[in-house]
Amino acid sequence: MNTNNTTSTHHEHRDDAARKMGMWLFLFTELLLFGGLFLVYSIYRYLNPEDFSNGSHHLDVFMGALNTMVLITSSLTVALSITAIQKGNKTLALRLLAATIFLALVFLVNKYFEWGHKIHYDLYPGTDLFKALPPGEGLFYVLYYFMTGLHMLHVIVGAIILAVMGKYIKDDKITKDNYVLLENGGLYWHLVDLIWIYLFPLLYLIH
Amino acid sequence: MNHSIPSGGFFDNEGKPAWLAWLTTTDHKRIGLLYFYSLTVFFLVGVILGLLMRLELINPGKDLVEAQTYNGLFTLHGVIMIFLFVIPGVPAVFGNIALPLLLGARDVAFPKLNLLSWYLYIGGAILALSTLLVGDGPPDTGWTFYAPYSVKTGTNVSMAVLAAFILGFSSILTGLNFLTTIHRMRCPGMSWFKMPLFAWALYATSWIQLLATPVVGITLLMIVVERWLGIGLFDPALGGDPVLYQHLFWIYSHPAVYIMILPGMGVISEIMPTFSRRRIFGYKAIAYSSLAIAFIGYFVWGHHMFTSGMSGPARIIFSILTFLVAIPSAIKVFNWLATMYGGSIDMKPPMLYALGFIFLFLIGGLTGLVNGALATDVHIHDTYFVVGHFHYVMFGGTGFAFFAALHYWFPKIYGRMYDVKAATRAFWVLFTGFNVLYFPMLVVGMMGMPRRYYDYLPQFHLPNLISTVGSWITVAGLIYMIVVLVKGYRKGATASANPWDGLTLDWQTDSPPSKENFDTIPTVTEGPYEYK
Ligand code: HEM
Repeated sequence: MNTNNTTSTHHEHRDDAARKMGMWLFLFTELLLFGGLFLVYSIYRYLNPEDFSNGSHHLDVFMGALNTMVLITSSLTVALSITAIQKGNKTLALRLLAATIFLALVFLVNKYFEWGHKIHYDLYPGTDLFKALPPGEGLFYVLYYFMTGLHMLHVIVGAIILAVMGKYIKDDKITKDNYVLLENGGLYWHLVDLIWIYLFPLLYLIH
Repeated sequence: MNHSIPSGGFFDNEGKPAWLAWLTTTDHKRIGLLYFYSLTVFFLVGVILGLLMRLELINPGKDLVEAQTYNGLFTLHGVIMIFLFVIPGVPAVFGNIALPLLLGARDVAFPKLNLLSWYLYIGGAILALSTLLVGDGPPDTGWTFYAPYSVKTGTNVSMAVLAAFILGFSSILTGLNFLTTIHRMRCPGMSWFKMPLFAWALYATSWIQLLATPVVGITLLMIVVERWLGIGLFDPALGGDPVLYQHLFWIYSHPAVYIMILPGMGVISEIMPTFSRRRIFGYKAIAYSSLAIAFIGYFVWGHHMFTSGMSGPARIIFSILTFLVAIPSAIKVFNWLATMYGGSIDMKPPMLYALGFIFLFLIGGLTGLVNGALATDVHIHDTYFVVGHFHYVMFGGTGFAFFAALHYWFPKIYGRMYDVKAATRAFWVLFTGFNVLYFPMLVVGMMGMPRRYYDYLPQFHLPNLISTVGSWITVAGLIYMIVVLVKGYRKGATASANPWDGLTLDWQTDSPPSKENFDTIPTVTEGPYEYK
């Protein structure tokens, strides 16, 4: 058989449905990653109801609620950005994307103050204060740091992804008829948002 | 004319230096081979560690290594064999090479991601192996990293655990890639039920990889965090629950044993019809049983913990569910046997390995039922019976399926044929050695010898001696097999495109296939095994 003419049959084939499917599958794995933590959280909460309740009383509901608002708004802006690019409005899409990244930064700054406040009062693993806490309350804070920390990492990664998408829009790699990358970036961002929507009540609201 | 190494087809480097062409390739066949070569190296390292352990166990008392060294040996042996050999094993090597060919596609859905998985695999492997060289010695927890010991031991657990995390990520990406490939890239005419059974097996496997691996990922991260910050996620002294760790670990690691075995079963389902010249018996039953195994496999993890503190009802439920898995597994075995019935069976090496698989997997599966039954498990838990059992399934099952796949697709990959007679002899040496090595373990386990010790009571001497001799025969068989294959690779006769008269699409293209696999994308009208 002659295999020399392969270059002619080689074409850049694009399958948007496949790319989106890949993204959805990846999101499942992310959910399960956090799922493991949710499981650990619920079991320790069940074993130490008092301590967990005490712990959650010390979290700042206002800050948490503020950050929830910030993230929900950012999900809106990223969704609008996708619609804008679908309509071919590059400038608007870029602006909305910038707004999303800005909101991500606001979220991170808030988190910085929230964590900083606790760390200021020696409320972190290793300190004498922390060691003196009842074990259940210690677990609560450990899980608090772990879950919000892992989530924060996702916020940072998500913001970087969106920044790269912005660059692609600028370079016309993402356009009116080829926007699946941006959609995937948006999907990832919604996931980050979604996980927070579970973290917020679990950690801050349920007493 | 034969050159000393295969060329042509996808082996053409297109003018690039060979190392660059290989390390930057996105061709699924090359990536499969990259996996194959690296995996073989790690497998051999694992085998050497196994040999050392068997040598230590040749007599009671200390012969070769200290207790601590022995603990490191079995941990590293376990980690290498599980995370670097059997889990990636068949899917990463033969899935990568064969899946697009079987589906009539030019590549997998995400070729670059595919290469990334390989780099992650290598990164994880290097991290795992370097626990030997740096820090405070190799981990000594066993491959299961049970808390609280794993959070307390001074050895290099964090690195090993991070390695497992990275390897898990690599495995997830492979699964994601295959799922999308199977959904989106089947050639025209190939409906779900015209898909070869190996593809079905990979499909079920990929779902497990995708949905189970993250759970162990986060669990292992918790171990690392616990070690670094000195907090009590699993350490009971600090309020944690060590049994919870076991649950989380097995929620992944039990489904993971189906990641190991399902692709192997898929290979057997390809080989059986080809070498019996018959349509596969019960195509749909085999396809569905893969899904059933994947599904039920999620709900049986508790059977690893019958003796670690679980309520009576939980144990009974887990035991019953465990028995359920035997049903789809047995469906497959019966269908393979029925396929052979009345066929004209051709005892070529792939078929021999496939039959070896069935025989050894049968022993592994039946001893699995002994473990899965509550009453007997309490007696044999943590004994050599378990060690015998899982070597029968993982080595005798998946390992032999891997060798079957290797002998089956070898001519397709390299366009050369190995010496069939010599390969047959190698099989018999390996098969004999295998049973001499592991059968005594089942016996001595029943007699009560616990696992994971470098020493044992004098009454266990004879079976241990036999087993150690068996390990030499096994390794002789492995070496023989490798020599035969390397000779075939270097000097073997040119193989035709379809030396086994296979009917699936992989055999309808050149050997070795071109970079694009097919000149024109094929269209299928019939099922995959329509032998007339
Ligand atoms: C010539 C080949 C091999 C030899 C001689 C060998 C020998 C052994 C021995 C003696 C043990 C028991 C250690 C103990 O409990 O004290 C062991 C454990 C183990 N082997 Fe192998 N083995 C071989 C191949 C394999 C293969 C191919 C696999 C997987 C596919 C494998 C997977 C394991 C695992 C997972 C353990 C348990 C480690 C632990 O307890 O944490 N072995 N092996």
